[in-house]
Amino acid sequence: MNHFLTIEGLPADDLNGLLDDADEFVEVLHRPIPKVPALRGKTVATMFFEPSTRTKMSFEKAAKALSADTMSFSPGTSSLSKGESLKDTVLTIKAMGTDAMVVRHKATGAPWRIAEWIEQPVLNAGDGAHQHPTQALLDSLTIRQHFGTLEGLKIGIIGDIRHSRVARSDIQAFSTLGAEVTMVAPRTLLPVDAAVFDATASEDLDEVLEDFDVVYVLRVQAERGGASVFPSLSEYTDRYGITKERFARLKPEAVVLHPGPMNRGVEIEGAVADDPRALILDQVFNGVAVRMAVLFRLLGGESNE
Amino acid sequence: MACVMDTGDMDRAIRRIAHEILEKNRGSDDLVLLGIQTRGVPLAQRLALALEGIEGSAVAAGSLDIGLYRDDLDQRPKMELGATSVPVPIGGKTVVLVDDVLYTGRTIRAALDALADIGRPSRVQLAVLVDRGHRELPIRPDYIGKNVPTSRSERVSVRLVERDGEDGVVIESREAT
Repeated sequence: MNHFLTIEGLPADDLNGLLDDADEFVEVLHRPIPKVPALRGKTVATMFFEPSTRTKMSFEKAAKALSADTMSFSPGTSSLSKGESLKDTVLTIKAMGTDAMVVRHKATGAPWRIAEWIEQPVLNAGDGAHQHPTQALLDSLTIRQHFGTLEGLKIGIIGDIRHSRVARSDIQAFSTLGAEVTMVAPRTLLPVDAAVFDATASEDLDEVLEDFDVVYVLRVQAERGGASVFPSLSEYTDRYGITKERFARLKPEAVVLHPGPMNRGVEIEGAVADDPRALILDQVFNGVAVRMAVLFRLLGGESNE
Repeated sequence: MACVMDTGDMDRAIRRIAHEILEKNRGSDDLVLLGIQTRGVPLAQRLALALEGIEGSAVAAGSLDIGLYRDDLDQRPKMELGATSVPVPIGGKTVVLVDDVLYTGRTIRAALDALADIGRPSRVQLAVLVDRGHRELPIRPDYIGKNVPTSRSERVSVRLVERDGEDGVVIESREAT
């Protein structure tokens, strides 16, 4: 593995191998001193051309827990605002000396482009509505920790699947790991090319709700035009929100995940988000462990050349 | 290929080491055995059983993976991480690190670093099945199953039923493998 750009095409063995390593990093993160020297002397640049709180901090925490140094970049305060091209920005940061670049960009494919310009590993931290592979790993890890396996689980992904890179990566990871995925959304938020997804589609949450072992709630993404494709937020909540009433109808062992940031009271009711069967903060914690696993896989050990 | 220990030799060595551990520590109170991944782990379990057989009370045994603490990560092929499982808090305890072969001492250096992140034992001791010499660091074992003089061009391989289906210690010259 030279880069970590996408879940697509990763076989189950590779996914499980990364999750196995992540389990060990969970143990490391629970130690009195949650830091190991594995990547001492390496530098990881986090380059978020699009805003992010948790993913950026999570990658930085992961790099630091492996004893790597971090450099960060945010477009608002950078020379991008002076018109510097993406390529010049990337080559500049490379020239400073970095061993890996973690990239988030609103343009689909940007991390692949960057991977053509530099020989260092590139990690995709989210590109457009395309891929968010470390999110899929942390979601898979959270589910695997809870149920022991994803094999045979019924997972419902609810919400704006059309504009969601999380959904695309998750569907690929969950189905590769043996789960049965259902996408639930109003037609305007289901992918246009729903048939190419390894998942079934439904527009009626109340009809399929009780089948699920895992309810994966997506955020209503106003910034990707989400709010313009259904009549009103309250109608969305009526039909697709995970309310206390819908939560009570789930299987007793079913769990709820959400990638954050949450719109409480829109796609998920506050009381559901705070229930012990909502694993949202476990997801956040596991995010650090899976990013450690990916960084260690790319930067630990003999170089690939 | 020369066989330097067979299954009987290994058993006797482990039982002797168990007695030495008890003698040196005046019993098994406050002992924690930590096997270094991978072959130190079953050895630590065998040693724990031997200690229990002598003293009659169970001794905690766990595992330590030092892959994240190696000083030669850049020079080695990538390895899967093994489990680190420390059964009881090690603060104030006597930790006996257990490994199959002691060679350069770098693994033990890494294990000491790993231990320091996990807790502060009052003492750390080292038990190895085979000491083959050629230390590169000031590290010496407290308990040795067998001293096996080797040359650097040889390879000492410890086989354990738990992992390899058979017990035995053999020396191979690298050319032959």
